[in-house]
Amino acid sequence: MQNVVIKLENVSKQYRLGNVGTGTLSHDLNRFFAKIAGRDDPAMKVGVANKLDTVDGRYVWALQDVNLEICDGEVLGIVGKNGAGKSTLLKLMSRVTSPTTGDIKIKGRIASLLEVGTGFHPELTGKENIYLNGAILGMTKKEITSKFDEIVEFSGVKKYVNTPVKRYSSGMYVRLAFAVAAHLEPEILIVDEVLAVGDAEFQKKAIGKMQSVSRSGRTVLFVSHNLTAVEQLCTKGILMQNGTLKMEGKVHDITSAYKQMSVDENELRRSGTRVIEFLDYKMSDLSGKTIDEVFLGDHFSVTANARSNEQIDICDMTLDIRNDSNEFIGHITNADDGFEIKNITKGKTIGLSVTVKNISFSPGTYYISLWLGNSYGTFDYIENCIRFTIKQGDKFIGRPFPFDKRAKTVLQSTWNFK
Amino acid sequence: MNTMNNQQQANILPDEWTMILRPKRSLLDINLKELWQYRDLIMLFVKRDFVSKFKQTILGPLWFIIQPLLTTIMFTIIFGNIAGIPTNGIPKILFYMTGIVGWTYFSTCLNETSQTFIKNASIFGKVYFPRLALPISVVISNLVSFVIQFVFLLFFLAYFMIKGSNVSPNYLVLWIPFLVLLMAGLGLGFGIIISSLTTKYRDLTHLVTFGVTLWMYATPIIYPLSGIPEKYRIFVLANPMTAVVETFKTALLGVGQINYLHLLYSFCFTIVLLIVGVIIFNKVEKTFMDTV
Repeated sequence: MQNVVIKLENVSKQYRLGNVGTGTLSHDLNRFFAKIAGRDDPAMKVGVANKLDTVDGRYVWALQDVNLEICDGEVLGIVGKNGAGKSTLLKLMSRVTSPTTGDIKIKGRIASLLEVGTGFHPELTGKENIYLNGAILGMTKKEITSKFDEIVEFSGVKKYVNTPVKRYSSGMYVRLAFAVAAHLEPEILIVDEVLAVGDAEFQKKAIGKMQSVSRSGRTVLFVSHNLTAVEQLCTKGILMQNGTLKMEGKVHDITSAYKQMSVDENELRRSGTRVIEFLDYKMSDLSGKTIDEVFLGDHFSVTANARSNEQIDICDMTLDIRNDSNEFIGHITNADDGFEIKNITKGKTIGLSVTVKNISFSPGTYYISLWLGNSYGTFDYIENCIRFTIKQGDKFIGRPFPFDKRAKTVLQSTWNFK
Repeated sequence: MNTMNNQQQANILPDEWTMILRPKRSLLDINLKELWQYRDLIMLFVKRDFVSKFKQTILGPLWFIIQPLLTTIMFTIIFGNIAGIPTNGIPKILFYMTGIVGWTYFSTCLNETSQTFIKNASIFGKVYFPRLALPISVVISNLVSFVIQFVFLLFFLAYFMIKGSNVSPNYLVLWIPFLVLLMAGLGLGFGIIISSLTTKYRDLTHLVTFGVTLWMYATPIIYPLSGIPEKYRIFVLANPMTAVVETFKTALLGVGQINYLHLLYSFCFTIVLLIVGVIIFNKVEKTFMDTV
């Protein structure tokens, strides 16, 4: 039986849109009169679907009816798109603002890290700022003193500890700020995206520190867009969408659901005249079985059905392959194979299939965009509609250690020794 | 085994949450215990204010003295010599300086605490600590400058006494710590009320700066209370700072009117103001991030 340390019950948060500074007095009076007249608050629109961009009226629900229980020692990753309500959730739990409805119950001392270096004063020295920042984050002076050497050591700015921080380089500044935060010892730690600071080496150090914090049995809530970091650190995850809690579960299930969600939403990005249009498409292995994973060096096929709405003399199809940083990695077209798609009569459905052999991109996640068109224009273009992963196997290259992420392709090579 | 038991008990007892965050809390739900836990932070804020004020200045803390000194000289020339306002036979410099030192503490407390929410929005938006820690630290750091100015004033007082001027500090000086508390309380009380209101209505920020200046003329700083005609005196006495400043002057200079009833009025005013202020502040601090 695990001990629940944070419990959210029907938590919602409403924000007012637009310029709050003007017209608020009349507005407040309006709400006040409605209240004494016993009517509903005119500003509250309960039950309105929460769509940030198409909201009717001047209020928006940033969070709606979130119920969540977090147990002692859990490391919870929170993922979701921008505006999904992740930060609002953290703000409520770290007491920066209050919920509009619902209760949040917390057991134990809580410290939040929504930003590194909150309250740093440029005129104060590194040492003075360590104390000030530590106290702002909830440490007592005694606690800071006992950790002081450790903090300075971790930040690597020992030589400059008596220099005002305004003379620091931005990297030093951030390292010092993170060092203070990393030495907090609350029972519950809330972290928002702060690992996205410093150079690669420091980020590694920061993730390592976070891992040791989570291993020490403390409860950690972690928001990040860096899914790799989330998978490394967290045991459990939640997925937020449009202010609601969409999914709760094991961290890998959550991150893959989130990735899938990104694909689903990208599907909307479709353009073209639709003289001919895709009906369906899939990725399969050579036996025709649908797949979303291939091993390095393997073969795969992409099959698509398309229907022509007019008579077409000539048409080309291309596949663009991008990696998860949206870098353009590969481009294939029917012309490569000397293959022509022509004389399609109106209303006819055609099946197109292309096979790629010995895929040699380095392991990772990839997206395929499909295009149909000719030199006069685009008929149908669906961006990033197929997502697949390339896994490291021993068919092509039997490398026992992981591939360097920076390499985009894998080259087959033959070695000689004399 | 013991911890097991404890944990099981923890699961049975429903009401052992350390805190429950709710949309609406009762007005009197003020957590002074928590404020006490953050006393280190308050002192570090005081230190920050003090250190950062004089970094990269040549004269440093001397500025504490220069400010009241220059104001005193200005007042002496304009109100004393040109306008000829009587000072009850007290040397003009001493008369004005006493008033200014007392008034400055109150007015800086008010001015600075009234900006609590707006100036610190970026910190408040990122981390929680009892918000009252900031205005309290302002009052304390200004107390330090008040003490420096007060000592400076005592030197002047000693100089004029040696010169044989008509000044006589008396047993009323024992009241001074109490008077300082009242000044701090009034400054803090008005300051946090204004800061709470400015989160929504920014108009007040414009009002505060010159409002405080006007207020000074409604307080017996540049004139003795006895200089006010009897029938208008009630208006001046309605000002809670009047009795405080007048007692302060009487204690140090020996000339003035002191009425314990007026002082009691100021005291009660301060208490009520502080209670109202803390309640409003406490209510606003929960959601001000959404409106600031």
